Amino acid sequence: MSAFLPPAAQAQVTLNGAGATFPNPIYTKWFSEYQKVDPAAQFNYQAIGSGGGQKQILAQTVDFGASDGPMKDADLAKAPGKILHLPTVAGAVVVSYNLPGSAALKFDGETLANIYLGTIAKWNDPAIAKLNPGVVLPDLAIVSVHRADGSGTNYIFTDYLSTLSPAFKEKVGTNTSVEWPGGVGAKGNDGVAGQIKQTSGAIGYVELIYALQNKMSFADLKNKDGAFVKASLDSIMAALATAAIPDDFRFSMVNAPGKDAYPICGATWLLVYADQKDAKKGAKLVDFLNWYVTKGGDSAKALDYAPLPASVRERVAKRVAEIKVAK
Amino acid sequence: MTIAVESAPASASKTVGQRLPAPSRAGDVFSERFTMVMAVSIFALIGLILYELLVGAWPTIKTFGFSFLTTSSWNPVTEKFGALPFIYGTLLSSLIALLIAVPLSIATAIYLTELAPLWLRQPLTSLIEMLAAIPSVILGLWGIFVMIPFLSKFVYPGLQSALGWTPFFSGPIFGIGMLSGGIILSIMVIPIITSVSREILSSVPNLQREAAYALGATKWEVTRVAVLSYAKRGLFGAIILGLGRAIGETMAVTMVIGNSSRISASLFAPGNTMASVLANQFAEASDDAFLSALFAVGLVLFLVTVIVNLFAQLLLVAAGGNKHGKLA
Repeated sequence: MSAFLPPAAQAQVTLNGAGATFPNPIYTKWFSEYQKVDPAAQFNYQAIGSGGGQKQILAQTVDFGASDGPMKDADLAKAPGKILHLPTVAGAVVVSYNLPGSAALKFDGETLANIYLGTIAKWNDPAIAKLNPGVVLPDLAIVSVHRADGSGTNYIFTDYLSTLSPAFKEKVGTNTSVEWPGGVGAKGNDGVAGQIKQTSGAIGYVELIYALQNKMSFADLKNKDGAFVKASLDSIMAALATAAIPDDFRFSMVNAPGKDAYPICGATWLLVYADQKDAKKGAKLVDFLNWYVTKGGDSAKALDYAPLPASVRERVAKRVAEIKVAK
Repeated sequence: MTIAVESAPASASKTVGQRLPAPSRAGDVFSERFTMVMAVSIFALIGLILYELLVGAWPTIKTFGFSFLTTSSWNPVTEKFGALPFIYGTLLSSLIALLIAVPLSIATAIYLTELAPLWLRQPLTSLIEMLAAIPSVILGLWGIFVMIPFLSKFVYPGLQSALGWTPFFSGPIFGIGMLSGGIILSIMVIPIITSVSREILSSVPNLQREAAYALGATKWEVTRVAVLSYAKRGLFGAIILGLGRAIGETMAVTMVIGNSSRISASLFAPGNTMASVLANQFAEASDDAFLSALFAVGLVLFLVTVIVNLFAQLLLVAAGGNKHGKLA
């Protein structure tokens, strides 16, 4: 179709972006779908990691950044203009384990925190037994497996453990890389999954999408309302709907209230300047942002990402409408 | 230098160049300048890398000073950084790799140059060099899914029951850990040490061997006295080259070493190396202090690698000089 347009009509505008790897598949899909709507818009997205995305948008080398964690106040203060956080999709982190007999287990945040702190060292610990009445737990050492590479998965998981355990917050804290007090570190979702699979007594965490695509089984987790919930797109969307989201959209959605909300979830953001200095690029970017907010949901679901619920979409659309594009 | 080049055509044309036009020396001048610029640019590149590393690492050097090399906290949340576990891990995993790879590689090189039937030498050499062509991420995956299950089922328990009384083989066996990292590394350095050793052994002049045979030496005595002692320093250089590779190797080690920033005497315990921590944490490091600490790790790694390589170069030069001296 575009091949038949005169050259002037297809004045291509390339929008450069960089950042998080977690949403890379859905962003790639969105970009290719959006090109069917507006063939003049070209996207060049480099999945270099959230840290890189924040740095590139601060340095204004890209038109939009992407990050799995919100930017810190100190970094925002360094920006040459106001940076907006626009949530796009959300994902979840699931807890998987390798136990002889492979009983279906349930966990809560405090128990998980104590496992990762090393204060719970055996599978037959009373804390685990209490959550799993009727399950025969072996006298086996727990090997906790963590992500050794810096990642949004680490951020969401440590955010969850820090929220539910003051001891974890004090000793470890929330970050994309932390100093783990024990256990073994593996690289990437596949590294963690491989390590769990091979080690009797291992416990670890991976992205929900990875677990779904690789048909891994994972534990039900106790949420804020005391219900045990399985991770799924619906339970993430339930958490998105009840999470407290401030006006700057820099929110944490772990341990959201509501009986259907899965507790270990996190959103991912696009980072854009509120003042777009380049008229052509700015206009195209705003058009795209409006498109993903209204039309991006279905393809997100198809790729196992949780789309924003209507209430959040409206608020994001309002913020997109406030972006000023230079004339 | 340039004067000689420019004046040469003038004098040549006076004496001989009556009919023929003076040959142009532009090609000489150009090629000299061009290759010189290329050669200098390599030094400039190394200099720039060092400069960038220093600039990046400067905040860390200022904050932590020498204690960066001697403390072992690596906490991006509280921004306390000490690289000792990574320096220790790099050196220890490389040492394990050399302990395994050196006897294997040198024995292989001796077999290939001195003992193997001629028809077998070329295929075996190619096979070993092919080992060097395996991408390190593939070796790492093989390490996780094949080597580690095998070792932790058949080798490590035996090691522990025999040597578990020493601190080096005590503690729980996770499979991944310092020893597995060292073993993967040894597989990666074997091709380098073997092929360089082979070159060095085959460059030993036949006069040496013939002289030893003439004195009635057996095949092993010829190898030991005439060949090995002659090539000693060159072989040492080959080992140092292997060490250089082991120190800088990243991906395969990262996948099997366990990535823990604690120092532990047991070789079964997880550890970490400088290259691994960079590969793991650089992409997502958004805080300036954290990034600077990673730059500082890069600087330490750079310096260690440069020192090791310089050492190897010196040894190889020394070995080369020795050889020419004897030939003349």
